[in-house]
Amino acid sequence: MVTLNVNGQTHQIDTHPDTPLLYVLMDHLALNGAKFGCGLGQCGACTVLADGQAIFSCITPVSVLQGRRIRTLEGLGTIDNPGPVQRAFIEEQAAQCGFCIPGMIMRAQALLERNPSPSQAEIRAHMSTNLCRCGTHMRILRAVEHAAGAMRSGAASKESKR
Amino acid sequence: MNEDALARRRFLAGSGALVVSFSLLPRLAPGAPEPPAAAKIQKLPGALGNTPMLDSWIRIGADGTITVFTGKVELGQGIKTALIQVAAEELLVDPRRIDLVTADTSRTPDERYTAGSQSMQDSGTAILNAAAQVRALLLGIAAQLYNVSPDSLTVQNGTIRAADGRSIGYGELVKGRSLHLQAQPQSPLRDPATRSIMGKSMPRVDIPAKLAGAVIYIQDLRLPGMAHARVVRPPSYGAALRTLDAAKIEKLPGVVKVVHDGSYLAVIAEREYQAVMAMRALARAATWEEKAGLPPPAELYAHLQRLPSQDTAIADGPATRSGSGTIEATYRRPYQIHGSIGPSCAVGRYQDGSLTVWTHSQGVYPLQGAIAEMLKLPAERVRCIHMEGAGCYGHNGADDAGADAALLALALPGRPVRVQWMREDEHVWEPYGPAMISTAKARLNASGDVTDWQYEVWSNSHNERPGPAGNLAPAWHLQTPFAKPPPKPIPQPTGGGDRNAIPLYRFGNVRVVHHFISQMPLRVSALRALGAYHNIFAIESFVDELARSTRADPVEFRLRHLDDARARDVIRTAAERFGWSGYKRQQGRGRGFAFARYKNLAAYAAIACEVEVERETGRVRMIRAVAASDSGEAVNPDGIRNQIEGGIIQSLSWTLFEAVTFNDTRITSMDWGSYPILRFPNLPDSVEVHVINRPGQPFLGTGEAAQGPAAAAIANAVADATGVRIRELPLTNRRVKAAIGV
Amino acid sequence: MIVMREAFGNRLCVHYCGAQGSRMRNGRFFLHLMVALQLGAATMLAGCASQPLLPDAAPGLSFDPRAVARGAQLAAIGNCIDCHTAAGGRPYAGGRALKTPFGIIHGTNITPDSDTGIGRWSEAAFFRAMREGVDREGRHLYPAFPYDHYTKVTDDDIRAIYAYLMTREPMRAVPPPNKLPFPFNIRSLIAVWKRLYFKPGVFRPDPARNSEWNRGAYLVQGLGHCGACHTPRNALGAEKKTEYLEGGEAGGWHGPALTAASPAPVPWTAEQLHKYLRTGLDDLHAIAVGPMEPVVRNLATVPEQDVRAMAIYLAAIAGEPSPHRRKKAQDALAHARREEASYPFPDRTDHEAVGRGGDRAYQNGRAIYSGACAACHDQGRQPTSGAALHLALGTAMTIPTSANLVHLIMEGITPPDGDVGRFMPGFASELTNEQVRDLVAYIREYFGRAPAWYDIEDEVRKSRKELSERNGKAKG
Repeated sequence: MVTLNVNGQTHQIDTHPDTPLLYVLMDHLALNGAKFGCGLGQCGACTVLADGQAIFSCITPVSVLQGRRIRTLEGLGTIDNPGPVQRAFIEEQAAQCGFCIPGMIMRAQALLERNPSPSQAEIRAHMSTNLCRCGTHMRILRAVEHAAGAMRSGAASKESKR
Repeated sequence: MNEDALARRRFLAGSGALVVSFSLLPRLAPGAPEPPAAAKIQKLPGALGNTPMLDSWIRIGADGTITVFTGKVELGQGIKTALIQVAAEELLVDPRRIDLVTADTSRTPDERYTAGSQSMQDSGTAILNAAAQVRALLLGIAAQLYNVSPDSLTVQNGTIRAADGRSIGYGELVKGRSLHLQAQPQSPLRDPATRSIMGKSMPRVDIPAKLAGAVIYIQDLRLPGMAHARVVRPPSYGAALRTLDAAKIEKLPGVVKVVHDGSYLAVIAEREYQAVMAMRALARAATWEEKAGLPPPAELYAHLQRLPSQDTAIADGPATRSGSGTIEATYRRPYQIHGSIGPSCAVGRYQDGSLTVWTHSQGVYPLQGAIAEMLKLPAERVRCIHMEGAGCYGHNGADDAGADAALLALALPGRPVRVQWMREDEHVWEPYGPAMISTAKARLNASGDVTDWQYEVWSNSHNERPGPAGNLAPAWHLQTPFAKPPPKPIPQPTGGGDRNAIPLYRFGNVRVVHHFISQMPLRVSALRALGAYHNIFAIESFVDELARSTRADPVEFRLRHLDDARARDVIRTAAERFGWSGYKRQQGRGRGFAFARYKNLAAYAAIACEVEVERETGRVRMIRAVAASDSGEAVNPDGIRNQIEGGIIQSLSWTLFEAVTFNDTRITSMDWGSYPILRFPNLPDSVEVHVINRPGQPFLGTGEAAQGPAAAAIANAVADATGVRIRELPLTNRRVKAAIGV
Repeated sequence: MIVMREAFGNRLCVHYCGAQGSRMRNGRFFLHLMVALQLGAATMLAGCASQPLLPDAAPGLSFDPRAVARGAQLAAIGNCIDCHTAAGGRPYAGGRALKTPFGIIHGTNITPDSDTGIGRWSEAAFFRAMREGVDREGRHLYPAFPYDHYTKVTDDDIRAIYAYLMTREPMRAVPPPNKLPFPFNIRSLIAVWKRLYFKPGVFRPDPARNSEWNRGAYLVQGLGHCGACHTPRNALGAEKKTEYLEGGEAGGWHGPALTAASPAPVPWTAEQLHKYLRTGLDDLHAIAVGPMEPVVRNLATVPEQDVRAMAIYLAAIAGEPSPHRRKKAQDALAHARREEASYPFPDRTDHEAVGRGGDRAYQNGRAIYSGACAACHDQGRQPTSGAALHLALGTAMTIPTSANLVHLIMEGITPPDGDVGRFMPGFASELTNEQVRDLVAYIREYFGRAPAWYDIEDEVRKSRKELSERNGKAKG
């Protein structure tokens, strides 16, 4: 039995501790955000957050994640109430097939939580772990900048409300 | 008399002129033979020609829900949204009321494959016309009901209003009756000037759910009782299973069954990771007999050109003579992969003698036929339902995965079986874009105009889709295998290896020969743009070389040889927006230009770009690209921009990095390390796309219009920056450095 | 005096090579002071200061293209582009920060730019830099520029390299100022260092050896400057000549001993060395990573016979493996084969260390290995695992420091931009510092079969700090 905290909920998972997190998310928890792209840590389609850090869920055994806060795409927002990064991607129409986008969103979320005003160069370098095959990159970059702006003004308005 | 017949009678009784003009035909059962010849005498627009009944495309429920059916599928190109816009425009309803059903052999028209950028031309045209005709029908019925002329009625969001204020919604009007009437050759299409939905960049209907983790992709599908499977593929094309010690595998945790049929090997387990582990163990438990059947990589092109070929002159001018004054060049392009980010996947369920396969195949109807043939089942017992996958960019592993799911579902009747390909399965077994060689020859007169033009292209087949079961890789490995049928070239004007081999330019004495090579040393099939990627790369590079030989400006040279006004427009727009005439070359930088009309029939695209070449390393970096495109009437301008922009970036990756690698026996490019593609640091600073909209003009396919021109623009820019012309792809650091020298 | 310095030096070396905690600072300052005083005295004694400024190069120089081509190959062997190019910077335009125990030195701009590069350097000036370690203005160069090796290069070869460099694209770029604390920022003190540790002079072939050996020796000792990373250094940063190629350090990576003291589980043959230097790959050893990656990338562009000669020479240096080493190699190979054969459920019980069941850290490391590493590393160079090496065969496990293994686990292996290559993910975000520590300790014991490392926590902290500076990643 492995205990995992995913999107704020604790789960007891009956799986071998070597099981990569990706399979637990998909197979045990019916979460679709993290996707199987390579299983080798090369493409980032499986990216989730663990204590705010972007990790490849395809190469991380659940045994090392006990006690850490795991967040997936589903934890950022819903279809009716998307989070700021999801909203930015929708507004920029930053998707073609969309398969890589959940991983991109998680990767961007990790960046923006740590660095609210990244430069273009920083965004490009940070996102380099994630692959897109459709050529949506320019829109993805715009979406990340858009999200950064939205999160900054969201934070600013929270500040001003105090 | 049944309900339907009564309903039909009610339509006919006392109908207006519009209704009387619709003829009646018996309802077509799924998989039933083609309608009688009479229905095809008058040519129906778009795909209506093959599926003439209106209710095959549009159904209106009693509660007013509108369901639109298409035989096309969403690949990420935005087709669902565009088709909804088309239907909404002509039906005069809010697009949010439309539920679009994509290809399903039990429910939708058979539109064969979503490929070749035909979807708007075929399905879009059919839906445009069907929707217009349905609208007219409904107006006719309402006019009858209110005893007024149809012209006095207005429609707003599916509600019909009479001048005196009476109104009735579509649903109530039709009261669930079918629209089982044959379409007419002419449709009362709305005036393009009044368009309010088409021509607008309506946000994609599928994106929000994809970004919230809803069950959208085939990879997300979970059914009750579903088991997980993995296939152990042979290590190389000709490999045969020699020994297998499967006893241990059956005892592994969660394993339900090991499937062994000839050289076809798979394992089914309860949990997905259990299937993965069992697959690894199964791979270890097998030994294979392999043969060294691949050509020596260093001699690939020479090897291909030595194979027997079927030679066809697709443009029949005289041969261009050699000798002084003739410019000649040869261009090469390697095997390249689709490289879908999500490896192929499918789910199959065999129950009570019927098989259902959920698949991201581009062609569920042909796949249905192929699976039926492979399993010796009647086609009507096989249902293929499309669910989205990652971008496929042509014929990737999707159909094979569907075949895997079918085979394994039969091995475990009553339970759904999900098969997921691994990354290396996709990289090694997917059919590649074929390696191609072409030679261009031309002569110019004293004014620098092209008087003689000869182009020869060597290529394998670009279409090995199922179709026949023999085109399904799993079928090759069965105990009783299916032989791969001999390939057939795709005829002009669409073409395969000869797609876009005939230039659009006005050259004198044009001779184009297509050398179709049947033997396929590596597995090949359709990769986005087919032969157009290489042919446009070659032709537009060669045009550049010709222009330079007379010191003509590359843009001006092209314009001089083009009469097509729309072609001239995209060229001028791209050049202008790029700042072509005022360009000042900086150290290490250069500019390049290219143009093509995809298939000489579909969308126009012109691309100008600037690159920087680092002399010490040969590294090429695109600085910026400016494109202009013309897709006829732009149903969703942002969708078009997305496709052109995406096509440029995808082509940048192909052109700078990509080549399949192999040794004498095996494919060696198995993952993203051994087959690198573009990453964020390789991007240009900017990509601009200017869409020329032509309301009222036929829709032109756009999804494959940018790849060829982008490749040539890049190659031309590299030549401009370095003074060295490179004619073999990809333009890797190493190749560029070797060409530049020290 | 020299004896004292050496004794001092050894202790100092241990301090520098190991962890650098703040409690070392006081000790370092004291040592710096001692050294400075001694050097100050020596300078007065030596009485040498700077050298003369040399006249400008004649304008409009032209070079024989064959010399330029030859120079390109020699520069590749010398790996010049690596130290003289900043990360993401222009080739040869300098700016790369080299961390040394004495501070940070930035590679200079050696493009032929007149103001910021070597555009005004005559051939004589270039000779003087390569042979004597003095720049055009007459200032002593820090031996981070390995002129103690380049001094061996022949006249013809130096001329060719000059021809090559002077035909590169001039780039205007000024490297950041060096960050060297007192007294290391006093260039003239280098004269003393040279007096003690540097003897200029061209390579002299050994008549007792054949031409291939001599060619290899010339390239390895000269342009290849292998000793710069593979030879231990004394307190003042000079290579210890009596411990030639017995193991060194570069940029936070350990350069293993290339002699009979090689820690490689399987001894290198000349063929394996040749293949490795040429392609970066050998089946029984790890791929070229870290500082070796650019070396190997450059060696792929030089004549095959030169690489072969280097391999022959290095194999001769290592000599025939002893029976003891042969036995250890067989054990390592047997270990690897046993686990590969039973993949994916390797049988690890029959050679587990006795009584480790109660050791939480060991069990933790073992579990992490099993979940995060075994999927690839137990397969034994299979294509489906990125051809990962079984760890019983890896040198990173058997060297005296955990630095290399920590680098690999934290950063992974990424092929250079756009090139085809092997790919290993890094685990810096996936694992916490404690998890990396336990994993590394387990790997050392179970695969390395060697005494525990004591520098693991420090190396992990250092690595995370570096990554954080480089990528802006959050702390673990």
